[in-house]
Amino acid sequence: MSTAFDHPTYNYRVVRAFTIMTVVWGVVGMAVGVLIASQLVWPDLLANIPYLHFGRLRPLHTNAVIFGFGGSALFATSYYVVQRTTQARLFSDVLSGFTFWGWQIIIVAAAITLPLGYTQTKEYAELEWPIDILITLVWVAFAINFFGTIAKRKMKHIYVANWFFGAFIITVAVLHLGNSAVVPVSAFKSYSVYSGAADAMVQWWYGHNAVGFFLTAGFLGMMYYFVPKQAGRPVFSYRLSIVHFWALISLYIWAGPHHLHYTALPNWTQSLGMVMSLILLAPSWGGMINGVMTLSGAWHKLRHDPILRFLVVSLSFYGMSTFEGPMMSIKTVNALSHYTDWTIGHVHAGALGWVAMVSIGAVYHMLPVVLGLKASAMYSTRLINVHFWLATIGTVLYIASMWVNGIMQGLMWRAFNDDGSLTYTFVEAVDASYPGWFVRVLGGAVFLLGMLIMSYNTYMTVRQANSKEAESFEADTQTA
Amino acid sequence: MDINTLRALATPIAFVAFIGIFFWTFSRGRKKGFDEAANLPFADEEDYASNVQREPSVEKNTK
Repeated sequence: MSTAFDHPTYNYRVVRAFTIMTVVWGVVGMAVGVLIASQLVWPDLLANIPYLHFGRLRPLHTNAVIFGFGGSALFATSYYVVQRTTQARLFSDVLSGFTFWGWQIIIVAAAITLPLGYTQTKEYAELEWPIDILITLVWVAFAINFFGTIAKRKMKHIYVANWFFGAFIITVAVLHLGNSAVVPVSAFKSYSVYSGAADAMVQWWYGHNAVGFFLTAGFLGMMYYFVPKQAGRPVFSYRLSIVHFWALISLYIWAGPHHLHYTALPNWTQSLGMVMSLILLAPSWGGMINGVMTLSGAWHKLRHDPILRFLVVSLSFYGMSTFEGPMMSIKTVNALSHYTDWTIGHVHAGALGWVAMVSIGAVYHMLPVVLGLKASAMYSTRLINVHFWLATIGTVLYIASMWVNGIMQGLMWRAFNDDGSLTYTFVEAVDASYPGWFVRVLGGAVFLLGMLIMSYNTYMTVRQANSKEAESFEADTQTA
Repeated sequence: MDINTLRALATPIAFVAFIGIFFWTFSRGRKKGFDEAANLPFADEEDYASNVQREPSVEKNTK
């Protein structure tokens, strides 16, 4: 792509690159997701190739969607939003380029090392220590670049979206450094400095806040910019957004122990994690209501704007999964739901319904702007609408099948006969799960189809921008 | 002071801080500043003005 799109003030080049990679990693990560979902239905699928075994591909799926797709979306939107709300160019073009290439190398390194079996075995922190060091370097560059831009802002206020992006950047740095503290024994093998229950607690302090800050705070930043912008009106209540921010960031950090109910973790820590998770409902819903109410009095816009629909439906899924989460953290509910497909369904209500949909909406809004076109001027609005319905149906199929499976598994595992023996063997619960797993493959495939349509729409929009630019170049040379 | 006293105090301190933030946020004098801040996404509109009609926020309408 030529430099002719370049904005006089802003660095749109890096935003463009990250936006395109959001779509690319989205397709890759979700395709791997559909593949591993299929492996659960047809266990013989690729069973003879150790590199493509479920156990190795599953972390590849999570890393590609969380860090490849979600991470690229966060870089793209935070760089875009911080520039447009401070009216200043990014702090450094060199650091911007470094964060882009560094981040892409990290994802490619994940795609190579995970199938080879190199892993720290910590969920969402599987990558081995040399890659962890690169992540640290990129993250420091990201922080300098982001906060450097805020420091040289032309506006008096720091818009609330930037507060959320800032909290996301700082907290992820702390989490990554804390959880990835290891003793390397060779180039590709290391051991955690923590042990036993403390190691598990540190892992889920990290793990839950990867959800809370990587997959929530950052995406709330996205929401606070793109929902008002696409709706054409300021956020419902700016005051609520401030209370939302401080309440959310001060509560999330305590919720991790709910991942370790009924384990060797001290009982009081489990109860604390549960209580903090329950309180978390308040700020989560405060933010959700703030986003949805921004449309109050302008609901008609939803009828003809599929991008706005993506953004608003993402908030509905956010509200749903942040209600489900606190409920599942209650110890008695968790006794039923833990280790079942319900957990996977809950994660995907958040991941597909909230994170992916708000990112997709943001990309559809932002991509034409960074290509020098008008906002939301994608190649085809009809295809955005088709994508919206595919994404919604895919998500609903996925989470509904996992609810059914999860509750069924939980009930089967705990069913007792009168004499105290178990009613079902474990494999009977596995057998009963097949129909649900098949529906999950279907739901995932439908969602992936939507992403492929998005790729086509993205490709055509870039082509359109290129030809438009070529035309204006010809016109310029003719008149000259 | 016992370290556990400090740990116990963290909870009321966090609570007081939250109440403080709440009153700071909702104090009358800050309304103008917050309205300015809320409009920052629309402050640079060179490529946007054409297809968006700006409307006042709901909160302002009700006052």
